Amino acid sequence: MDEKDLEILRILEENGRLSPEEIATMTTLSVQDVEGRILALEDARVIRKYTAVINWEKAGNGEVSALIELKVSPERDFGYDRIAERLSRFNQVKTVRLITGTYDLQLLVTGRNMQEVSRFVSEHVAPMDRIRETATHIIMKPYKENGNILFEQQETERLPYSF
Amino acid sequence: MRDFISERAQGLPPSGIRKFFDLALTMQDVISLGVGEPDFSTPWNICESSIYSIEQGKTSYTSNKGLQTLREAISRWLTRYYRLTYDSENEIIITSGVSEALDISIRAIVNPGDEILIAQPSYVSYAPCVTLAGGVPVPVECTEKDRFRLKPNALQEKITNKTKALMINFPNNPTGGVMRKEDLEAISDIVVDHDLLLISDEVYSELTYEGQHVAAATVGDLWERTITLNGFSKAYAMTGWRVGYVCAPRALCEAALKIHQYVMLCAPVMGQVAALEALRSAEEDKNNMVNEYRLRRNMFVAGLNRIGLPCHVPEGAFYGFPSVKETGLSDVDFAEQLLKEQRVAVVPGSVFGTGGADHLRCAYAVSRKQLTEALGRMEIFMSGL
Repeated sequence: MDEKDLEILRILEENGRLSPEEIATMTTLSVQDVEGRILALEDARVIRKYTAVINWEKAGNGEVSALIELKVSPERDFGYDRIAERLSRFNQVKTVRLITGTYDLQLLVTGRNMQEVSRFVSEHVAPMDRIRETATHIIMKPYKENGNILFEQQETERLPYSF
Repeated sequence: MRDFISERAQGLPPSGIRKFFDLALTMQDVISLGVGEPDFSTPWNICESSIYSIEQGKTSYTSNKGLQTLREAISRWLTRYYRLTYDSENEIIITSGVSEALDISIRAIVNPGDEILIAQPSYVSYAPCVTLAGGVPVPVECTEKDRFRLKPNALQEKITNKTKALMINFPNNPTGGVMRKEDLEAISDIVVDHDLLLISDEVYSELTYEGQHVAAATVGDLWERTITLNGFSKAYAMTGWRVGYVCAPRALCEAALKIHQYVMLCAPVMGQVAALEALRSAEEDKNNMVNEYRLRRNMFVAGLNRIGLPCHVPEGAFYGFPSVKETGLSDVDFAEQLLKEQRVAVVPGSVFGTGGADHLRCAYAVSRKQLTEALGRMEIFMSGL
């Protein structure tokens, strides 16, 4: 992993749809070199996948999301890994993180409506062994996701010419 | 009624692109590559600290020289990044942008009839500022074949017994040219031998894409005869805050300060607070912006060359400066037709003085999407010629 690899990663993170040709012009690398580096980064699972940032609220599919915080008793030899991995397997669970503070794990769970989310939490998450306590926070409105601002920003007025 | 307008004001040339400006304002869907400012908003931590200081009631004048904390921060920053040493107490003045810094520096040194050499193409205000101060601007051409660097022979040719100073701006607006250490060394002997003063406008210093920026005052014996100008507009996307600074040996600084205190009193305190925060915490934001400009430059310059507008790779600032010579159109006609037919605004190079004709200044401080769109439109325009 060198500076050029990091540069390519930053470019792709910002826009995963750029072609190797476009990335090559921007980085002054050859197209072949860019393709080779991207393949290697994919093989090394540094690049996990290419995806889109979607404002679901705007798409109007009616999905709801909640942050679920969990207090978990860690297991001997495994710590939090096994339970975190187990939780990660649920399709409804979009994010799983080990965190510091009052709670241990933080999940992002989505569902078609509130009932679905709460049923999932009460039936599948809360009863799991070693989970001592849950706190569910409904997401009311997202303003920024993964570095992307979701609210409309007024375009600033710029002069057509200035020196 | 008498004609109240002074001869000096009457003598100033009208802006070379007024008609473009008016035309562009009447048009829809114009992509402007004509703007010499970052397209980014000022990093939020900078804005936030300024807002907080307003809430705290910090809305008064500052000392004429500017906030002491800001001068100290600038002094440390210059030493750390450019190995420039200026004493925060006596050798730095905070100004309302580099525009004011330029004006007070020129007024501090020019006697009527003094000839001031200006490395051109140059920012449009240089020559008028010299004229307003009673001096005589003398252009020194930097040519494309030298990658728009100032060459010693070109400089030597223009020196007379009336020459007082040389003004340079590298990285350069509009060409993107830079002066490497050896280029500065080559002119430093001439400046010293002819006992000239150097005014070095380095506002684009942080936008240097190949290697490190070399501050003119660190070269040879130039420090004692150099006025270094810099500011926050370009590097930190802070054009509207109006904060720049003058750095010079004490006697020069004191002269400039007298003018500054009469015409400006002090730079706006909100801007000064913001500038201080920029130095404290916006290093990463700045680096990210510079990195983005570099990517855009590579993409844009490759695009220009591909569509038949030869352009050297600018090593600094955020301008492409392609030649339109092979199209058979003048830069003014090219720019006008491009605007009318394809709604892309660029600035004809001739407004930047000697050496600018037959070129276009295209700012690539716009989003990649807009750059791609602009290149597409320019390609269509080129194929119709």
